[in-house]
Amino acid sequence: MNIPPKWVGRGLTAFVLLVAAVAVFAQAGPASTSTVDVKAFDYRLQARALAEGVYVVEGANADFAPANGCNIINTGFIVGSDGVLVVNTGPSRRYGEQLRTLIRRVSDLPVKQVIHLNQHPDYFLGNQGFADVPRLATASTRGGMQREARAYEDNLYRICGDWMTGTEALLPNQNLQPGAMQFGGREIELLEFSGHTASDLVLVDRRSGVAFAGGLVFRERVPTTPHADIPRWLNSLEKIRSLKADVIVPSHGPVLLDREAMAQTQAYLQWLDSRLQSAAAQGQDINDLLRDGLPLIYRKWAAAGSEFTRTLTHLFARYESQALHPTKACNGSNSGANSAALPQNGTTVTGCEGMAQSMSVESPNHRGNPR
Amino acid sequence: MAAATQSALAAEAAAANAAGGIAEDPFGSLQWPDLQREFFGQAPVEFDARVQVRAPAFAEDPLNVPLSVAVRGPHEVMQVTVLVDRNPIRRVLDYFPVAAVPGIALRFKLEQASPVRAAARMANGRWHIGGTWVDSSGGGCTLPGATRQDGSWSQQLGEVSARLFDSSPDPAAAARLRLRVMHPMDTGLAPGIPAFYLSRLSLRDGQGRELLRLQTYEPVSENPVFSFDFAQRPQGPLRLVGSDNNGNRIDRRIEAGPA
Repeated sequence: MNIPPKWVGRGLTAFVLLVAAVAVFAQAGPASTSTVDVKAFDYRLQARALAEGVYVVEGANADFAPANGCNIINTGFIVGSDGVLVVNTGPSRRYGEQLRTLIRRVSDLPVKQVIHLNQHPDYFLGNQGFADVPRLATASTRGGMQREARAYEDNLYRICGDWMTGTEALLPNQNLQPGAMQFGGREIELLEFSGHTASDLVLVDRRSGVAFAGGLVFRERVPTTPHADIPRWLNSLEKIRSLKADVIVPSHGPVLLDREAMAQTQAYLQWLDSRLQSAAAQGQDINDLLRDGLPLIYRKWAAAGSEFTRTLTHLFARYESQALHPTKACNGSNSGANSAALPQNGTTVTGCEGMAQSMSVESPNHRGNPR
Repeated sequence: MAAATQSALAAEAAAANAAGGIAEDPFGSLQWPDLQREFFGQAPVEFDARVQVRAPAFAEDPLNVPLSVAVRGPHEVMQVTVLVDRNPIRRVLDYFPVAAVPGIALRFKLEQASPVRAAARMANGRWHIGGTWVDSSGGGCTLPGATRQDGSWSQQLGEVSARLFDSSPDPAAAARLRLRVMHPMDTGLAPGIPAFYLSRLSLRDGQGRELLRLQTYEPVSENPVFSFDFAQRPQGPLRLVGSDNNGNRIDRRIEAGPA
């Protein structure tokens, strides 16, 4: 595993906040990245209040690793007048159970429901800690979780080992309809976008102006892209810009009381899109792109050592495909499938007039082939 | 031994190898002695950093691991063979550069963490070998490819997309050809799917002269994309001919665009 040097560029942003509800809590600043207790498998989760009744539980700004128990996500919860709404449940059973305990310490009220913002593993593998409450996700997200749950388990067990003990994917059990809803006297808005995955939810708490932006927004961390569609993602970010929210909570990276993470992610994705396009148009390969690497500003971000490599594997084939041109079959047919399926021993070539016809594929030169 | 110089050691290893011994593998791979016997027989081999093999340290997608090979050095390269020690099928391809630069880029399947090697056979018959280590979560050779899973392979079988570029990331080259052949490249190791893969490709220029030739094997990734570099821009239109192991033929005209 590539574990990048810890780099937390905080303190760059002055907390000039106009919203009273948020300003009260601004002095607290971001909690230091929680350090886990590896021996006790204790994530040492801390609830940090972003506004009255709105809490974030910050993960390490890093890659999945045993040193962080695979906790690299910012989960959260919102306390209403009669219960608690949980946003994402973390990467493991232990995380889910420890999150439940943490919530109990903050509020006597019962957990009423869980909402998953997208289909990725650390958004729901802690669900065993919330087996007794309704767990909601969009139909698309539920489908994605069902398809990939086994692969997610395999992957996280492989990386984080005993941190994952007892973890089995417990899927959401209700469909979530995007739109406005009342939760214990609070107005919660759920907006569905896409691009990071096929379905990306943004949850806005109207009273506080805090928006949990899910996987659409990263801060000081190279975004993950296993299910990404960059143009759609950029389109979604463009729409989110008009969102009435003063605090954008990224799913990964430090949480500050501002909207900066959104602009960071947008700038990165714009760079990525144009970089992959121009590389494909110049005939470059993934390894050519890897040799050039990320621009200096992004090399400082968390997971820079590994995430860009992954992104190229996920996305470059699409850009490459657009840069290549179709060719014509030499037998006069444009259908590759037909021309390839017909036996053509000794066929006269009809579609490549003027081209030499000295084919020798039937008896290739095995000169020097040691096989 | 401690007093022996690096070159003395190398000479010793070469001598042992020339006498039918096994060259000392920089990766210390248990598979190496077998590999040397199987693929190089009695031919002289040496490990040589001028055979540059580039791949990411970790295979994010074990069915599609990007690999680039470049061979620098004074000798004429007759053949480049790519081998993966710990794949169930170890030979990925044999590339005969003929009139092309002796470098190639492609994606391959990786079954488990392994050394990945390129062996360049020089005109004097000597093999120069470079390599890199790629880690993997595994399964690249034993899982069905994406177009097998969704059944789309049969609609595009044998179609070729390509483009000749007027420059190359390789500073020694003046042109690069990238081409993609649609083929499921089944290894025969995924349950219920027999081996079905492209086996030969040959590229000709407008005068019918062979520019390069490839023998490809099961571990080349599905819908393979290859990059080839040329010291001079080849005269078009180019023509790609080839076949798969079931006898299906490839015969396509590649427009070389304005010279």
